[in-house]
Amino acid sequence: MEKTWNNKAWFMVLPVLVLVAFSAVIPLMTVVNYSVQDTFGNNEFFWAGTDWYVDVLTSDRFWDALTRNLIFSAIILAIEIPLGIIIALNMPKKGLGVPVCLVLMALPLLIPWNVVGTIWQVFGRVDIGLLGHTLEMLGVNYNYVQNPIDAWVTLIVMDVWHWTSLVVLLCYAGLVSIPDAYYQAAKIDGASRWSVFRYIQLPKMKRVLLIAFLLRFMDSFMIYTEPFVVTGGGPGNSTTFLSIDLVKMAIGQFDLGPAAALSIIYFLIILLLSWIFYTVMTTSDAQS
Amino acid sequence: MARIDLEHIRHAYGAKPKSENDYALKEVHHEWNDGGAYALLGPSGCGKTTLLNIISGLINPSEGRILFDGKDVTHLSTQDRNIAQVFQFPVIYDTMTVYDNLAFPLRNRHVPETEVDRRVKEIIEMIGLGGWAGKKAQGLTADQKQKISLGRGLVRSDVSAILFDEPLTVIDPEMKWVLRSQIKRLHKQFGFTMVYVTHDQTEALTFADKVVVMYDGQIVQIGTPAELFERPRHTFVGYFIGSPGMNVLPAKIDGSTATIGDETIALNFRPEIKSGAKTELGIRPEFVAIGREGMPVAISKVEDIGRHKIVRARFADQLISIILDEDGEIPAEPRIAFDQKAINIYADSWRVGGEA
Repeated sequence: MEKTWNNKAWFMVLPVLVLVAFSAVIPLMTVVNYSVQDTFGNNEFFWAGTDWYVDVLTSDRFWDALTRNLIFSAIILAIEIPLGIIIALNMPKKGLGVPVCLVLMALPLLIPWNVVGTIWQVFGRVDIGLLGHTLEMLGVNYNYVQNPIDAWVTLIVMDVWHWTSLVVLLCYAGLVSIPDAYYQAAKIDGASRWSVFRYIQLPKMKRVLLIAFLLRFMDSFMIYTEPFVVTGGGPGNSTTFLSIDLVKMAIGQFDLGPAAALSIIYFLIILLLSWIFYTVMTTSDAQS
Repeated sequence: MARIDLEHIRHAYGAKPKSENDYALKEVHHEWNDGGAYALLGPSGCGKTTLLNIISGLINPSEGRILFDGKDVTHLSTQDRNIAQVFQFPVIYDTMTVYDNLAFPLRNRHVPETEVDRRVKEIIEMIGLGGWAGKKAQGLTADQKQKISLGRGLVRSDVSAILFDEPLTVIDPEMKWVLRSQIKRLHKQFGFTMVYVTHDQTEALTFADKVVVMYDGQIVQIGTPAELFERPRHTFVGYFIGSPGMNVLPAKIDGSTATIGDETIALNFRPEIKSGAKTELGIRPEFVAIGREGMPVAISKVEDIGRHKIVRARFADQLISIILDEDGEIPAEPRIAFDQKAINIYADSWRVGGEA
């Protein structure tokens, strides 16, 4: 096709460019600015070069938090993606059950992060929380304030409760777009339930699953509000993720330079991993 | 291969049908001979796909029984009925190769791999995808995908019947001819029972030995293409088959004469008509002669469609179509005459009297 060159077309894109500049590029650049300078107050800055980056990358604190993040995201993805698929497969396709299920599924997604955190913080308390108290009555030794394992379990269960719905809704959208003829043809071809899933449903869900996977990875990797509300990063440092560490560094200790460097590193990690996932998943698609 | 009997089948999609109109499929009682090629012809929404899905077991009929070779299969699942069905839109398994797509129905039935290989190779040649066996099915054109769907229907040698649900809708016109003649050849070669749903009359007439015309949830006529053309049992068959369809003119019948407007037409038989019935005279455009003799008409338009001309005219205040040879002349004061043998008389839309 012949492309016509139109200089005026730039005006159409301009509003978006301005918006993105203010919302993303300019804030990001101020962070870059902080990350290469040092200050002792009075708004006086000194050039620090890559010192802060070296500091962050050589600190145990950073690598420990990063490891926690990676483990957390891996667990979240390993639970939420299969669980989401299973729930979506079992949702009704027509009738009154559809709106009921959709609303039930959407409910957790409508609750603000900090409220979710507060709900589970109270829910899990041993003295007054329904879950914590019940578990104690049953003789289970559960205390997320003191036991790191319990703290992790609480965070994971909370995240699964909060976000599996997103995977379910995306998968469900993929499933309902499959024409009936596919299921009928599969019946006539004598396909088993597993074959129907493997050769019809899964291929049709592939695109939405890619989106679900990326969204859940990025969100879980950036998790901040819920652990901040529930555990505050503890007990000890056991639930101190990069984001929590970052806030401690920037606002708690007011180390703007290292915090800015960490922000940039954090951002690049998410960008890099998302790009890797996306490339791997789409090239396997293109090869077929 | 099997003979298929439909015994008093009725189907309603709603739970509790109250009146006759709640049935998508009104009573069908019919027998499909072993090895026959049948076309189910009718407009969209007339119940033909419903009937097909009842035969294949995708739908359970509200009433009635289905027998394959005398054995009741009404409550058997699709798998157990051993039916092949090809759908309107190509259904392929995207992630599999062309070869695996064709092998899928066989492997699901645990056919030995050597036999699978033999059958698949045979079918793949037959549908003209010889060089494509190892390709992923995803990137193929609609034609090729539909060929794979056809192939999956044909690959099982032991099916009771093959059902086609408008399989050529998405195929390009020239390809349609090729595929249709391939299906026909396969039918001759293997002699399976074949039911072919379509709303395209050319497709139905060229394809089938017997055409079943459906209208408004019921079968209105079953016949050879010639019977449907010459003696439509219902005015709908007259309209629907033929291009243009039959002229159906309100007429008064008195003994062996029909009166349309002021014109009287002699019949070669004496139709028996119940009093109060709505009577009509049907004549195909092919059997109306235009010339200097007969009844006067006013020509409104002549369409030249190549092989012949279609004349649209007003006759006794009715619209009438006439087919005229390519080199036929229309005189200055045109008159028309009906071929007496080709006249059909209808009472309340159903044909009466005369030889069949």
